[in-house]
Amino acid sequence: MADSLLSLDDLAVHFMVGSAFAGGVKTLKAVDGVTLDVKAGECLGLVGESGCGKSTLALAIMGLLLPTRGLIHVDSQQISGATPPDRMKMAQTVQMVFQDPYASLNPRQTVRRTLADPLRLHGINDRAEVEARVIDMMAKVGLRPEHADRYPHEFSGGQRQRIGIARALILKPKLVICDEPVSALDVSIRAQIINLLLELKDEMGLAYIMISHDLGVVEHVSDRVAVMYLGRIVEQGGWQEIFEDPRHPYTRALIAAIPDPFHRAAAAVAKAKAKGEIASALNPPPGCHFNPRCPLKADLCTAEVPLLEATGPGHLAACHFRDRAS
Amino acid sequence: MSVALKLPRLRLKGGTSLWVGGSLVAIAISAAILAPVIALTDPVMDANLMNAEIPPCWEYPFGTDAQGRDIYSRIVYGARISLSVGIISQICNSLIGVTLGLTAGYWGGWWDDLVSGLTNLMLAIPSLVFALAIMAILGPGLVSLVIALGLTSWSYSCRIARAQVLSLKSQGYVQAARILGYGDLRIMFTQVLPNILGPLIVIATLGMGGAILAEAALSFLGLGIRPPFPSWGSMLSEARDQITTAPWLSVFPGLAIFFTVLGLNLLGDGLRDILDPQSTTRRN
Amino acid sequence: MTTPLLRVDNLRIALASDGITYNAVENVSFEIGRGEAFGLVGESGCGKSITALAVMGLLRRPLSLGGGRIVLDGQEIQDAPAAEMRRLRGKRIAMIFQEPMTALNPLSPVGKQIAEMFVLHQGANWNEAMDRAEEALRQVRVPSPERRIRDYPHQLSGGMRQRVMIAIALACGPDLLVADEPTTALDVTVQAEIIDLIAELCAAKGTAVLMISHDLGLVANMCKRVAVMYAGRIVESQVADAIFATPSHPYTQGLIDSLPRLGERARRGRQRLTEIAGVVPSIQAYPAGCRFNPRCPAVTDICRTNVPEATSLPADGLVRCHHHG
Repeated sequence: MADSLLSLDDLAVHFMVGSAFAGGVKTLKAVDGVTLDVKAGECLGLVGESGCGKSTLALAIMGLLLPTRGLIHVDSQQISGATPPDRMKMAQTVQMVFQDPYASLNPRQTVRRTLADPLRLHGINDRAEVEARVIDMMAKVGLRPEHADRYPHEFSGGQRQRIGIARALILKPKLVICDEPVSALDVSIRAQIINLLLELKDEMGLAYIMISHDLGVVEHVSDRVAVMYLGRIVEQGGWQEIFEDPRHPYTRALIAAIPDPFHRAAAAVAKAKAKGEIASALNPPPGCHFNPRCPLKADLCTAEVPLLEATGPGHLAACHFRDRAS
Repeated sequence: MSVALKLPRLRLKGGTSLWVGGSLVAIAISAAILAPVIALTDPVMDANLMNAEIPPCWEYPFGTDAQGRDIYSRIVYGARISLSVGIISQICNSLIGVTLGLTAGYWGGWWDDLVSGLTNLMLAIPSLVFALAIMAILGPGLVSLVIALGLTSWSYSCRIARAQVLSLKSQGYVQAARILGYGDLRIMFTQVLPNILGPLIVIATLGMGGAILAEAALSFLGLGIRPPFPSWGSMLSEARDQITTAPWLSVFPGLAIFFTVLGLNLLGDGLRDILDPQSTTRRN
Repeated sequence: MTTPLLRVDNLRIALASDGITYNAVENVSFEIGRGEAFGLVGESGCGKSITALAVMGLLRRPLSLGGGRIVLDGQEIQDAPAAEMRRLRGKRIAMIFQEPMTALNPLSPVGKQIAEMFVLHQGANWNEAMDRAEEALRQVRVPSPERRIRDYPHQLSGGMRQRVMIAIALACGPDLLVADEPTTALDVTVQAEIIDLIAELCAAKGTAVLMISHDLGLVANMCKRVAVMYAGRIVESQVADAIFATPSHPYTQGLIDSLPRLGERARRGRQRLTEIAGVVPSIQAYPAGCRFNPRCPAVTDICRTNVPEATSLPADGLVRCHHHG
């Protein structure tokens, strides 16, 4: 795929945990065979619950964790277990917005320093140019020039998140991974940040990977959506297919779990809720990892791993019963 | 409204210990620097057995010792030795401890195992015994004293630094720096170190006090500053036998140590408050 | 009308900070009937959690009760001595928290922690209490309770721990369960199950629920009535369905409009989200008049000077806005 900005080919990241003395070494398959691509300027929503491997996937895409198996192509770089990426080049391609705006800013650096240091590190030494780019970026995220000399603690959560976004965009990356960018913010502030992210995406031609468990947010911002469960992608497709016609029982369970005060009657009917909880990635169930919680479970599900196969144009699902109506 | 009311309070809070501690340390340091000017007599040469063990009076404000030397003058000169031993050796300890702790915590792996092992070893051997051994090899004297004390108690700074790094390293801004292409050393010095300075400064000031006391102990054992040159520690140990008959011999060097160590601790607390940007104003 | 189970009347909670006393919560009044589920919604710092702590008699310095009455089943408890409150907690009012790990004793098996409730409050002997603990775990749908009863909290997942907390809270059949963000730390699919579980068990036992959350949708789904708090005051209180159909306070309106709703994009295409301008005020800087005024799209001069009085809405609702009606 020539127009892909990012493509993952059978990516796996495994960790060895435990010790040889106590209980033996186990393999934790945090990411296990993920194939995905993100085009320039596109927003991919990545949905999954804690422990599904989204954070590990994000670290691997940024080149901070090397793949155990498979390949990552970002822009022009290829990353594999044997070929680590050029960190400086990666920094200008992929950046990240963090969940917690309180822990993600250095408390001892002013906004100016937070934004100017990366520019200088990447070879922009002209003081006037650095200053101009810092002020310009601050304006883009809705901060005033007089904010430049303030420290993070002088800002509210929403403003801090704006600084975090400015830092991620200061090197003009092509892909930004947004890791739950609004879930730590006050409810009345979230819309401001979501609107800002969408504006910046259009203005700067950015591609996003929007990691979130808030399906309302994901539906609102995504062009395409991928659903992860225990290290694997279980369903992926256009936002409309995923939300209007989900094919994997896990996707249906996620959607059913959202309290929908506007359609309370409808919600009461569609109890496609999953039973139980996500299993440990150290000891995943055999076959389809979702089978212990699945309402459609059959013998086949424990025996065979379902492949991620097409169920419609651009719509893939990893379920033996992907074509069964909900 | 609230900000205006809050500001002077905060300034006072950070300020009290800072100013009291700073003043005490400043007095000690200026005494050391100005010793030739403010001393009344020569601390070593002006021995006169005719004046031995005179209690504090107008002529000798802190009294005289068994050799008839003016205790006030000896304390003023002694500040030079005690302070330089305390400060320089603690700087050595801090540099060694922080460098090892920072890198061990940040890099982890075999380097961390090695440093942690070494730290535990250092903590297991009483640092005074270790310093004694070094002094025995190097021989007595000011330089050997500084080296001996400066190499033996870095384990506290090291442990604190390592623990702080471990808790900071997963913070978002350290991750962000990696993603922005910062090298490991740059991250350690610009992102991690400034955020762990507070407790390290407190440990360093405590360590200075400890070093001043250790100097006293080593001088007492005849391995530190040799008589007749005055250090607070050696004065204290010389005065040990006369503590009931001539208490001023030990009281005044003791008070000098007490106020200096107290001043260092208060200064450390005050600096910690100042160095934390969150302790100043909170604007909205 | 019968007397409500809990009546909070004109509650004021004082916060002492740097020698100045602020009103963290003021003029908060609500009633919860027997077996009724009542929701208290608001953002962090709006005072919803400390209101719950006040009901439990658990306010600690720098917070203190500044005034008002808390009436449980006809009995005023705001000035009850500590020993009396201890007796009430667990037996008549129980509480579950956001992070169950911090509320459970890490050194004691969960079964024992449940059984302790029967021993302490009902004078059961330990053998009998352990049997009942197993039964309680079964009720909160912990799989194979006969084995889980011996597990320590760290051996359980977050959802299982919250189930244990619920079992402990409901052990003595309290009249009121205070649930402070019980699902915020949990995954979405687990969250749905826990909410269902609380709703179901409380309905079966006739336990009233005071549900506290920042998630209006979640609360509205479970509760009969909902009160919305902003900056220490209740700005609106309505029947749950009505609060979405006819939100009456600009803040409530703003909250409902500002969140992307599932299915909205398919119905109407991607619309820019309606923002609520500005930031949540800190307690030291609460504005005069209506506290929402700096962020309100409909602000006028009176909002900046006068605190709005409560206006009645249908079905026992109320709203505090100068521009209502």
